[in-house]
Amino acid sequence: MTHHLVQLTYLVATVLFVFSLQGMNDPKTARRGVQAGIVAMFLAIAATWAQPGITHHIWILVAIVAGIAVGVPLSKVPLTAVPQRTAISHAFGGLAAGLVGTAKFILWSVYEPQELSQFRMAAIVAEVLLGFLTVTGSLLAAGKLQEVKWLPQRPVTYPFQNVSNIGLLGLALLFGVLLVLNPTGPAAGFLFAGVILLALAFGVLLIIPIGGADMPTVISILNSYAGLSAVAMGFVLDNKLLITAGALDGASGLILSIMMCRAMNRSFANVLFGAFGQVQAVEADSQVRHYKSETIEGAAQVLEQASLVVIIPGYGLAVAQAQHRVRELYDQLTKAGITVKFAIHPVAGRMPGHMNVLLAEAEIPYSDLIEMDEINADMPQCDVALVIGANDVVNPAARSVKSSPIYGMPIIDADKAKTVFAIKRSKNPGFAGIDNELYFSDRTFMLFGDAKAVVGNLAKHLAGGGGH
Amino acid sequence: MSLLLLADATSATEVVSKHSTSPPDYWSLLFVFAMATLLGLGVIVRVSRLLHTPLMSLTNAISAIAVVGSIIVTGREEYPLGIRILGFVALFASMTNVVSGFLITDRMLKMFKQPGGNGEAK
Repeated sequence: MTHHLVQLTYLVATVLFVFSLQGMNDPKTARRGVQAGIVAMFLAIAATWAQPGITHHIWILVAIVAGIAVGVPLSKVPLTAVPQRTAISHAFGGLAAGLVGTAKFILWSVYEPQELSQFRMAAIVAEVLLGFLTVTGSLLAAGKLQEVKWLPQRPVTYPFQNVSNIGLLGLALLFGVLLVLNPTGPAAGFLFAGVILLALAFGVLLIIPIGGADMPTVISILNSYAGLSAVAMGFVLDNKLLITAGALDGASGLILSIMMCRAMNRSFANVLFGAFGQVQAVEADSQVRHYKSETIEGAAQVLEQASLVVIIPGYGLAVAQAQHRVRELYDQLTKAGITVKFAIHPVAGRMPGHMNVLLAEAEIPYSDLIEMDEINADMPQCDVALVIGANDVVNPAARSVKSSPIYGMPIIDADKAKTVFAIKRSKNPGFAGIDNELYFSDRTFMLFGDAKAVVGNLAKHLAGGGGH
Repeated sequence: MSLLLLADATSATEVVSKHSTSPPDYWSLLFVFAMATLLGLGVIVRVSRLLHTPLMSLTNAISAIAVVGSIIVTGREEYPLGIRILGFVALFASMTNVVSGFLITDRMLKMFKQPGGNGEAK
């Protein structure tokens, strides 16, 4: 009887999880979606905990309380740190899957070897492999995003990197196959430990060669892995709720990865094995070229004359925490009757949708956040394109320079605007180490300085009675 | 030692039923996986591009459904201490995701505002 009640609750939870994701179609219904998800999770936890046979209540309670104690502060990080938080939560998800898989393997192989079928062994191998590689991969990604000092920010490459990585993964898979062929064989324990260690090592080696510009894709892929490890856990535990909820996460990660790859015109394989952005840095300084720079006063005067201003934000905006100053500038411009739109490139920032969240935090209405394809149609009518901390996503080399690592990547057509102002911290090339043709165009003027300070000064200048 | 635990395990299975008697129906699990993936793909492609960051934190929270597996491993009466510790850590990790995932998603979504009362562009 209880069995049916538990299954019914799981079924309701599954339906609610689907509703939850459906709510994300529109910002208006999205919060209701979150509520549906919370109800579903509550039901799932209650139904599982209430099952007969679950008796160590203190253990469960302490773990849940500890989880809440860590989870609440993790949910209050500044929005600029959301990519790191997301990576850490992928690591937690992978860890849970890996540990449950390990626990079930030990239980079955020591106490009930007749239960350890080949199907279950295969599911455990998948769970542990995906789980543990997600743990180290995500922790390393989080470290890179947090710019932890002892971690190299630039991609790290060495000879035979791909060959050794693939070899390592192949070895882990070989161990897995041997385990599946003979789940209770004498070497099973040794092989299982081998799978765990190889998965942990592979996670590190997979992320080491990946640079900041590729983080949106990598985070999406790790998201997918975390979901799939939950699916594998569902196969191990014969639990359909785990399979459905994990599959929803897996599907989401997959779609986001595909979107990110498309937005960079690159394949999965190229992101994972391409070691983006370390080839070009050497060629960049072959010739010395000159930027034209502009003063705050001059830029403010040009902005005042504009009727359409398009602001193109990038990761530099997040680093400088400039979103609230951008809001002030937005206010000043709209007050003067100037139309202001934000052009959002899918891979701007360090995770999918990163810029939207930052600008929403500054209370910029989301109807003014425009996707790349839509805004590009308006760019020839744009009087001023203001590039804030973005680089590769406005680099015209993507259209024309075949040798460029970003060749073929769809970009925001900032160069089609009548005037371009680009705010940049320094004269160094961007994260990917690629020089940007846009900055040398005769319609482009550079505003050097910290994005937050420059945008703040622009806003102040516009507020102060407009010109002298 | 292990015999004792085995005896415990068999007594507990009587209560929970369908443990050692019939193996799980792998095919139906695979069907569920395939259908859930297709459903997920259908739902996710329609998610607003504005909300991709909250989407990721929401799916983080949803895939923290691993709490269910973790509770079973932590709480089952007959499981030895070492296993319970593994389950405990797993439960802690996934509970962290449940809490922080839902909270931060809601926090971000609260920020998405339409201009004034009417939603049309100015």
